[in-house]
Amino acid sequence: MADDSTREEIHEDGAPEPPARPSDEVAAALLDRFPAAVFHESHGQPVVYVERDAWHDVAAYLRDEEQFTQCMDVTVVDHLVDAERVVIPGVAPERFEVVANFLSHPRNRRIRTICEVPADDARVASIADLYPGVNFAEREAFDLFGVDFPGHPNLVRILMPDDWVGFPLRKDDAPARVPVTFKGDPAPR
Amino acid sequence: MSQMDAERDGMLEIEEARLEHQTDEGAQEMRAIHRDVVIGGGVWPEDDETMIINMGPQHPSTHGVLRVMMELDGETVLRAAPVIGYLHTGMEKTGEELTYVQGATNVTRMDYLAPLSNELVYSLAVERLLDVDVPPRATWIRMFMVELNRISSHLLFQATNGMDLGAVSMMLYGWRERELVLRYLEKVTGLRMNHNYIRPGGVAADLPDGWDDDVLELLTIVERGVNEYAELLNENPIWVERTVGVGKITTEEAIALGATGPILRSTGFPWDLRKAQPYLAYDDVDFDVVFGENGDVYDRYIIRLFEILESVKIVRQCVEKMPPGDYRVQDRKVTPPPRARIDESMEALIHHFKLFTEGFRVPAGETYVAIESPRGEIGCYLVSDGSGKPVRLHIRGPSFYNLQSMEAMVPGSFVADAVAIISGIDPIMGEVDR
Amino acid sequence: MGLDQLPHNFLTARLEDVVRWGRRNSVFPATFGLACCAMEMMATGAPHYDQARFGMEVFRASPRQADLMIVAGRVSQKMAPVLRQVYDQMVEPKWVISMGVCASTGGMFNNYALVQGVDQVVPVDVYVPGCPPGPETLLHGILTLHEQIRTGELLKRRGRTMHGGAGIRIEQFDGIPSHVQPIRPVSKSA
Repeated sequence: MADDSTREEIHEDGAPEPPARPSDEVAAALLDRFPAAVFHESHGQPVVYVERDAWHDVAAYLRDEEQFTQCMDVTVVDHLVDAERVVIPGVAPERFEVVANFLSHPRNRRIRTICEVPADDARVASIADLYPGVNFAEREAFDLFGVDFPGHPNLVRILMPDDWVGFPLRKDDAPARVPVTFKGDPAPR
Repeated sequence: MSQMDAERDGMLEIEEARLEHQTDEGAQEMRAIHRDVVIGGGVWPEDDETMIINMGPQHPSTHGVLRVMMELDGETVLRAAPVIGYLHTGMEKTGEELTYVQGATNVTRMDYLAPLSNELVYSLAVERLLDVDVPPRATWIRMFMVELNRISSHLLFQATNGMDLGAVSMMLYGWRERELVLRYLEKVTGLRMNHNYIRPGGVAADLPDGWDDDVLELLTIVERGVNEYAELLNENPIWVERTVGVGKITTEEAIALGATGPILRSTGFPWDLRKAQPYLAYDDVDFDVVFGENGDVYDRYIIRLFEILESVKIVRQCVEKMPPGDYRVQDRKVTPPPRARIDESMEALIHHFKLFTEGFRVPAGETYVAIESPRGEIGCYLVSDGSGKPVRLHIRGPSFYNLQSMEAMVPGSFVADAVAIISGIDPIMGEVDR
Repeated sequence: MGLDQLPHNFLTARLEDVVRWGRRNSVFPATFGLACCAMEMMATGAPHYDQARFGMEVFRASPRQADLMIVAGRVSQKMAPVLRQVYDQMVEPKWVISMGVCASTGGMFNNYALVQGVDQVVPVDVYVPGCPPGPETLLHGILTLHEQIRTGELLKRRGRTMHGGAGIRIEQFDGIPSHVQPIRPVSKSA
């Protein structure tokens, strides 16, 4: 393709062991505090895969001790029908991934944390008490994917009507294309 | 004929039944709080003094289909909760159905006032996953177009902000200048809005002949217009009364609530991604970050007014420094071949066909790219799985987060101030609801 | 609509012309801008295109005072009942223009979230194509509507359709200069 330099390391089975010390100092500090976390560099950006139970503690640590002042975004990814999924050694892949992007204004850096969430127990702690700005984002994730955020002050639907049944952005739920017949054709719809 | 009538009557019956069905749609957003009124000598039961009223979703001064539920005590607002979702289009779901080549057409309609910013953040994310480098001319053209878009977006802000606060002539003035910018964008991209011009790999077409003379003329007219607005409003006593001190927010509150862009800058915190984490060629041009000090509606108005002038500065520098070269990357797997080549070369024909039917494949991975749109930080979180369509295309819309800052700004002010505050947030419901 | 039911003779026909002329010349649109098309609708009211010359500058916020509802933008599932409520609050005679492809057919968003065409909810008189339709196309749609109101054709058309709207489709006027001829494909020997 265009350039040969591999900025991303895709770990596959049989590849060399992941590096002992992550290149990003915040990730290194995070791994020291939470030994079960795994570091991955994705196209030059630091990503830390954390355990589901540590999600709230990781966010609290980032805010209080690493000066990550803003959580830019919390969202969910549904990997049900992936053609090919990046394998990270040490991380057990599940159907859902909850992703949070953080920004530190004083240190001018970003970091991303991801946790794997199984489909039968789709639940991860809410960080809206630490970062009030993700209130709407968690509601949207609940509305569109059905992932529960215990601890959220008002976890109700936000984008779909109140009485909507289903979670539209799940891969097995709503259609991305609805069949429409030609309007005005004489046959009944 | 009678069967049609019977059907029509049947439909009318169903419709009437539906209309009479009472709904408390959205009621979960704001529930009444029982307050005990203490008047010497003990606790008295609540007095039903406050009223919860509803503003929108069809309302002249909510920008688009925003619904705001407010609890009022007389004329003072005690609580305000935005209710959104009235423009939810399922764009992220549609994005999983479209190829990467088509993706820009979808993303561009989210923030429909600054469509080129949406396209840019999406294209940057795709290019990062593809590991392609875009030629310098394409980068400079992108920056040029995005800054022009910022000018047109802020001009519309001046127009609608003025109209919401009563200066109806601002509506006509703002649109007068914006129309010229839209005509210029039509000359370059082919469309007035929702351009689908910035695509992964570069831009769709090169700049037309005479682009530099036309844009310099345009900039002169825009600057003249901005001076007119400043003359009309900056020291206008009515304007100052209505906006200074209204909707104050502190930097800590703004950061905690996830606000970015002019709202954050109005509190005195000069955070602009174009300077802090430069993308495209922003470190090669000279411009200032405009920031306020009080965090009120007046500061936000002034910031956007001066940002027009800063963008004019950047556009002038783009005209001077525009490098020659390709306007898109030459990699045939990503960019379609020139139309003339299709007649000559079989390979070009096949590439064109494959690109526009199944699109190109992007290796598996995920990335988050953020740029500064006129409303704040717009981010694209893109997850790919090696196929021709994304697994997850999520756009972090700035207005989605900025709207939450309303809960810090509105309580304590009057209803008329609530209108000014909503207008000052400059929300675009397309990117709030996606 | 009392006057329309009168049998036509010399005197009442003239009066009816006057009434239709009055209705056509002062159509007040209701503010129903939803998405991107709302920007082009506002541009039509702006100085360069100026719908005030057709008597339509005043956008009435209250539907009770409006005659025309220009549904400008995509109608989501949550918004459809609101749309119907606003339409019902308008007083007869009322007209609906469905502006843009999202309002006419669901547009490019063929998914769970949008009503695939606003004529599922309200009867539509004129469909204006475009994404978004430029001010010229919208004006073409508005003037078509005006003409139909003036001649009384609109009411006749409504009588013939099932859903109660006239259903007039117009051409898009943006971006196609009238002097450009279409290129005819030349057959190749190779």
